[in-house]
Amino acid sequence: MRAFSSLSSAMLKGFYRDKLSLFFAILFPLFFIVIFGTVFANNGAARPQVIEIGAVPLIDTLPAEAKASLDQAVELVQGTSLDDALQQVQKGDADAVLQQEGDTILLTYSSADPVGAATVQGIFNAFVDQANIAVSGLPPTYTLQTNQVEDESLQPIQYIAPGMIGYGIAVGAVFGAALTLITWREKKLLRRLRLAPVSTATVVGSRVTVSVAVAIGQLVLFVAISVLPFLGLQLNGAWYMAVPLVVCGTLAFLAIGLLVGSIAKTAEGGSGLANLIVLPMAFLSGAFIPLEAAPAWLVTVSKFLPMGYLVEGMKDVMVRGEGPSAALLPMVILLAFAAVVTFIATRVFRWDTA
Amino acid sequence: MVDTIIATNVVKRYGPLTAVDDVSISVGHGEFFGIIGPNGAGKTTLLEMIEGLREPDSGDIQVLGEPVWPRNAKLLHRMGVQLQASAFFERLTTREQLNTFASLYGTPPGRVDEMLEMVALTDKAGTKAEKLSGGQAQRLSIACALIHDPEIVFLDEPSAALDPQARRNLWDVLREINDRGKTVVLTTHYMDEAESLCDRVAIMDNGKILQLGPPAELVRRLDAPVRISVVAGALPVESARSIEGVDEVSGDKVSTVIATRRPSPVLAALAEANALEGLQVRGATLEDVFLDLTGREYRA
Repeated sequence: MRAFSSLSSAMLKGFYRDKLSLFFAILFPLFFIVIFGTVFANNGAARPQVIEIGAVPLIDTLPAEAKASLDQAVELVQGTSLDDALQQVQKGDADAVLQQEGDTILLTYSSADPVGAATVQGIFNAFVDQANIAVSGLPPTYTLQTNQVEDESLQPIQYIAPGMIGYGIAVGAVFGAALTLITWREKKLLRRLRLAPVSTATVVGSRVTVSVAVAIGQLVLFVAISVLPFLGLQLNGAWYMAVPLVVCGTLAFLAIGLLVGSIAKTAEGGSGLANLIVLPMAFLSGAFIPLEAAPAWLVTVSKFLPMGYLVEGMKDVMVRGEGPSAALLPMVILLAFAAVVTFIATRVFRWDTA
Repeated sequence: MVDTIIATNVVKRYGPLTAVDDVSISVGHGEFFGIIGPNGAGKTTLLEMIEGLREPDSGDIQVLGEPVWPRNAKLLHRMGVQLQASAFFERLTTREQLNTFASLYGTPPGRVDEMLEMVALTDKAGTKAEKLSGGQAQRLSIACALIHDPEIVFLDEPSAALDPQARRNLWDVLREINDRGKTVVLTTHYMDEAESLCDRVAIMDNGKILQLGPPAELVRRLDAPVRISVVAGALPVESARSIEGVDEVSGDKVSTVIATRRPSPVLAALAEANALEGLQVRGATLEDVFLDLTGREYRA
């Protein structure tokens, strides 16, 4: 027991005294949570800006209520000269120029920004259609009502936080296991420990315990910061299930670290290989970018990596309001992944660099 | 009395290379035993087989009457091992390293201070191992090997890459360990180190033990001439050659060197000729033994 606790304490000190690993496992994900959480706090992209030239009676005479809803969609500013306004659109400072000639609403846009152009076209198409219906005096036959599946107060932090927690834990566990193994082998400490009366189970057990403890610490810290008012993470559902999820995820990442540490000969090679696995895995898990737009084959690849299951599982129980059972399948998959990869790692494990 | 270490006909091959080729040695209780030879001679492979880290392809190794392979838990408490000066936990201080090893062996923590004092690292107790100098790191790794008060200590190239001062300090530590009754086995490629420390040495090259015995005996067995050197010009080369018992005279602008197997009459003759200025008398060393055995210059 004393051997176990002193090995654990040695590994824990090795972790928190290493500025680089602290940076990548804690500060780096935290930085992303804060940056993304505050930058995108206004629910995604800014409103497109449209410059109004001359009088546009259709809009100017709108009732206050309709005007307000239009204002939510686009930012209307009054322009002075047409040339000036067109130049602004060309430069990308504004998204479109709006004019009215008789009954024709004239919208001028630049194809340089297709998203902005499509947005303003859509908005004004709908607006003109509604105006036409209103003029006809008939009640509309069809109406479209749009609803977001999540709580309407959903902020980007709800997606960013679970992704970044997953990323931070992956970095901590993969690098922790891989570099411990490689440097201990390089320095012959592995051999040295083999000649000490301490079992392999004790050495592995203390490594797992330290990594799991660090991961839970990361989870608590990241969640504690994300729920601060300026970021505004709202936990709903069986959020406490994030703890067992993180434990299972850490085991899966440790297995990857063990495999990397068994294959790589030098610390440099090991961190290169670990990055080569962790970074694409983070992108494919949807931690940084949503995976919905990715090609099908990429989605298939992501199914073979553990991080996606951890991140999706955490989103389910932390922000999508699902019950505890939603975490079970991801946990089983993560544990199975850990078992398979650990088995492969033990096949390629070496005591010596030679 | 049973010897502490008995290795019989030990062989280890790596592919086509025979790293250790049919080696048999025995080391007595309390002996200071050295395995010497150039890099790649097979010293470390032999040592690691004796420690129980590697399995011999054939042959038998017993330590304290127990087989060392496979990993023998009965022996681990009785052996202290120093593999390499950097076998430390990363980012732990000197004291923390010793504390960690102490708890792995179930040794009371009080011994840590004793060890720090013995290897003269008390004032470096709070320094991280990475920040220690080469000699300090070597002394710490030896302290880690001794923390559980083992009966046998194995040291692999303990003085590699140390400056002369640090080597002398280390030798003092090693002598003290041996004086406390420990059996010490070390590998080194410094012949002078082996000569100064070891009760017996095994000279190894290409996986084989070429000679085994006390250093002085090995040197004597060589029957090499003594080399007497005096300042050049102290006496003419011709008169040096004419002294009785002189085998050979050579010299340069600095010294005249006289090789002889009968130094007494030669020294007497030199004294008579008042030609003792800058006198140095050098007997053969282990290096000469090695040179004689292998027919090639020894390169450390």
